[in-house]
Amino acid sequence: MIDYALAAPEIFMTAAICVVLIVDVFLRQEKRWITYTLSMFALVGAAVVSLLFGTDSVATTFSGSYVADPAGNALKLFAYVIVALVFLYSRDYLERNGLYKGEFFVLGLFGLLGLMILVSGNNLLVLYLGLELQALSLYALVAFNRDSAAAAESAMKYFVLGSIASGMLLYGISILYGIAGTIELGPLAAALTEPGGLTVPAIVGLAFVIVGVAFKFGAVPFHMWIPDVYQGAPTPIALYVGSAPKIAAFALAWRVLVEGLGPLHVDWQGMLVILCVLSLVLGNFLAIVQTNFKRMLGYSTISHVGFILMGFIAGTENGVRDAMFYTIVYVLMATAAFGMIILLSRRGFEAESLDDFKGLNQRSPWFAFVMLLIMFSMTGVPPLVGFYAKLVVLQSVIEAGLVWLAALGVVAAVVGAFYYLRIVWYMYFAEAKDSSPLVAATDLRTAISVNGLSLLALGLFPGYLLNLCASVLG
Amino acid sequence: MESIYLTIVLAPLAAAAIAGLLGSKIGRAGAHSVTILGVAISFALSLYVLWGLAFGDAEPYNGNVYEWAKIGNVTIAVGFLIDNLTALMMVVVTSVSLAVHVYTIGYMHDDPGYQRFFSYISLFTFSMLMLVMSNNLMQLFFGWEAVGLVSYLLIGFWFKRPSAVFANLKAFLVNRVGDFGFLLGIATLLYFAGSLDYAEIFAQAERIQGETINLWGATAVSALTVACICLFVGAMGKSAQVPLHVWLPDSMEGPTPISALIHAATMVTAGIFMVARMSPLFELSEAALAFVIVIGATTAFFMGLLGLVQQDIKRVVAYSTLSQLGYMTVALGASAYAASIFHLMTHAFFKALLFLAAGSVIIAMHHEQDIRKMGGLRKYLPITYWTFVIGTLALIGFPGFSGFFSKDALIEAVHASSLPGSGYAYWCVLLGVFVTALYSFRLLFVVFHGEERMDHHTKEHLHETPAVVTGPLIALAVPSVIVGWLTIEPILFGGFFEGAIFVRPEHDVLGEVGAEFHGPGAFVAHALTHSVTVYLAAAGALVAWFLYLKRPEIPGQLLERAGALYRLLANKYYFDWINENVIARATRAVGTGLWRVGDQLLIDGLIVNGSARAVGAIASAARRVQSGYLYHYAFAMVIALAALIGWFALRG
Repeated sequence: MIDYALAAPEIFMTAAICVVLIVDVFLRQEKRWITYTLSMFALVGAAVVSLLFGTDSVATTFSGSYVADPAGNALKLFAYVIVALVFLYSRDYLERNGLYKGEFFVLGLFGLLGLMILVSGNNLLVLYLGLELQALSLYALVAFNRDSAAAAESAMKYFVLGSIASGMLLYGISILYGIAGTIELGPLAAALTEPGGLTVPAIVGLAFVIVGVAFKFGAVPFHMWIPDVYQGAPTPIALYVGSAPKIAAFALAWRVLVEGLGPLHVDWQGMLVILCVLSLVLGNFLAIVQTNFKRMLGYSTISHVGFILMGFIAGTENGVRDAMFYTIVYVLMATAAFGMIILLSRRGFEAESLDDFKGLNQRSPWFAFVMLLIMFSMTGVPPLVGFYAKLVVLQSVIEAGLVWLAALGVVAAVVGAFYYLRIVWYMYFAEAKDSSPLVAATDLRTAISVNGLSLLALGLFPGYLLNLCASVLG
Repeated sequence: MESIYLTIVLAPLAAAAIAGLLGSKIGRAGAHSVTILGVAISFALSLYVLWGLAFGDAEPYNGNVYEWAKIGNVTIAVGFLIDNLTALMMVVVTSVSLAVHVYTIGYMHDDPGYQRFFSYISLFTFSMLMLVMSNNLMQLFFGWEAVGLVSYLLIGFWFKRPSAVFANLKAFLVNRVGDFGFLLGIATLLYFAGSLDYAEIFAQAERIQGETINLWGATAVSALTVACICLFVGAMGKSAQVPLHVWLPDSMEGPTPISALIHAATMVTAGIFMVARMSPLFELSEAALAFVIVIGATTAFFMGLLGLVQQDIKRVVAYSTLSQLGYMTVALGASAYAASIFHLMTHAFFKALLFLAAGSVIIAMHHEQDIRKMGGLRKYLPITYWTFVIGTLALIGFPGFSGFFSKDALIEAVHASSLPGSGYAYWCVLLGVFVTALYSFRLLFVVFHGEERMDHHTKEHLHETPAVVTGPLIALAVPSVIVGWLTIEPILFGGFFEGAIFVRPEHDVLGEVGAEFHGPGAFVAHALTHSVTVYLAAAGALVAWFLYLKRPEIPGQLLERAGALYRLLANKYYFDWINENVIARATRAVGTGLWRVGDQLLIDGLIVNGSARAVGAIASAARRVQSGYLYHYAFAMVIALAALIGWFALRG
């Protein structure tokens, strides 16, 4: 018996995308706002459906290949919010730069659909399908500005490297299937716990799966695509690539590693520790020498991934909760940071150099303050929420007995402070290169302000979000 | 009731925020209206609370309003402890604050920082209320620091005057010393009691008394004694006791309303209040009490002497404040907490009155503060003159005035005390009465009587100050006269502070004094017949009359004869000189040394610049890996995979 209601959000989203796709075909360029509005409605509708059909318990359907649970539901709802923010931030920019096309929204929604399927996947192949659906949308999006050579180059790199990673993931899945005889997460975990299991082949399979997960996160040394894509793609695309897919990466790691390969925790813990250390060190150190703000954000992402991995390394219930908390917080911060680039950009001018932030306080004290909140939060300065995100993951690795890793994390955070606070220094103490006032739509200004202030609000009351993460993971 | 307490605290805070943040929008009238309204609300509700506790059937309240944080087993909360002691302090604070608010309208009339000033004094009222209403040490410390901050801001209110900036820095630094001790005391209590809540600490006082701390090697000292002395060091800073008194005379650089409100009536009494509040702890440590009484007695007598040689009208009153704070401290040390608080209350009224009257003189004299340029002001400023006389009579303890009751009861209590140091203290406070009368009447005679020494221009413009100035004077003169007569019986001998202040039976000196108390009238009669204090005060006044009105040439001749003594007094016992030339210089030398070796050489040179160079080297090396070539990237991925498999699969 198939319970379609459990997949209602995905079904709704698929139908909504079809509607957007078809309507968009018949629209002239000046009516493109209809596509935008419809896309926004699709997101609101999906949120309503998710809320209506959301369950407090865990239920599977489609012969156990698909799962609906509170954590998945919460991640999807958060993803709707983020994608809506991405669309909102992007609209103005796309219009100004002649990129206001329906494909952006359709591909964005398809990427979201992939994310939703990934979040709800309960067997390795469904997870893989979701991952690929999102990845393909992202490849196309990166190449979306067809006239830009840089965009085409970075899309090509992303595509080829992504294909390698996804091939490795698929290969790992096939090995695991060969050992366990199942691709469903629960039975897979059960098969791996049996004594006398094939340990060495399982570890080989695990290593391949880890490559897939690490690539999705962008953990060192599977991070190479990140700086190139962030810098090469148009800012709205970088914003999209830098935000929502992190939720997908978290979901992939959580479903596959914790739920499916839990019995191999000792092994993947060791692998993740290596990735984590490399990400923390390389991400932070390379971010320091960047002069391009988008590229710097790319390296900063890599270091944040190191922190997210810390939660998984602990492997405990609290550890997963902390990783989820960190992921959500990071996505909020990254969205706001990219939003600031869009806010500062004008027609034909990308505010992507660090120098473009100089003297922002003279141009707009308010947005300098919002940027200060974002940078302080990324650094991990209390009382902003970024501090609590770092605090909880560090606590979880300490509880796991890896005090040295926590110490390294603290050192990495201090190194990271340098390049975040440099922006603050530029904004407040350097002379502005151009003192023209900011031109940006009201909705963009409002949304970024709210986005920035949310970092402060969540930081003042960190308990709510943390408890929410704990309760949905239950 | 909880909402009433919250309103009392928050009304001045809200007013301060409005006047401070929206000052330019609401204008001058708006700023003073809103702050006066806020304080008036607090005052009315405080009166209501005191009335309910004293005459109604209200019970003392002790509860937390908001739990701010929980660290281990320690709860940090915002809470109120409202008993008779607190309620009395609340009324004193809000009533003086209200009078000062009204007075400020006149005093600061032409000042460009008008709104800022009102915002500050309302903020001060909030901070002071938080301090006295607290039910735990953390909030007490918050209020303690907050009043210190506002005091700092207000001493330096005229921040373009170098002397004001010097004075507020001095007040800040000296209070750091006291606050350090205070914090150590709080930490000691937290360590041994495991709580910051008053009630929980008091419940464990006996046990803490038994615990010991090794201060030097094997010398074990009772933890409670250490905690009490540390707390009292805090009180010495805030309540300006020797040797941490040096900031208070300089604080007169602030506007006069502030001198009245903060540096005479309320903030400086925070230390007195704190010790009274901590009476269950101090009672158990005779060593701490002896320390308190000696410090207090020294301040009471020797600071009074300094008032004799000052030429600035506000500084004379400031040294008088120091001396009176010493009296209160002596009473604390003698376990006569109630007498101390009683004197605190009467002093708040008559000292605020004296300051505001001095301020009125300063307004009339166009901000001239040197008493050598005054004289004969009586006929120009009649209301100011008569209120000043009332304040002076209250200060010297003229029979029937409020200061008489509080000071005489206090001296009697010290006389009855048998604690170590109480003999010394008794002589100090007794001789202090003569000194008090001498400098008070010197000031009165030099300013208001005798020949007119001001210049012609000032004289032409001399006239009584406006009603917003004289109104508060009259309002404060009334309690300065009557409040002692009305309240001595309940407060000192009627068990008013029962439950709030704890006195061990063997220390109950007020009980001994009370045994001979038969009503305020009889108290006056008793003082006239059995005690020397009234006659000492009369002698002081008489000597002042002789020296400064009858034979004004004598003081000058005296100074020549007693040159060394005069220099000692004029240099304020060389406290400032020692501070600046020994303590400050040595501290700076140590600081410079540490900066050179520790900071420049080790931290900056080795750690900061060294690690920055290391980061740069690593980053530029790592940058090469990010070559931009797709096959490099793919190669890295494959190598990493091979490494993962190799490491984990082969090892396992």
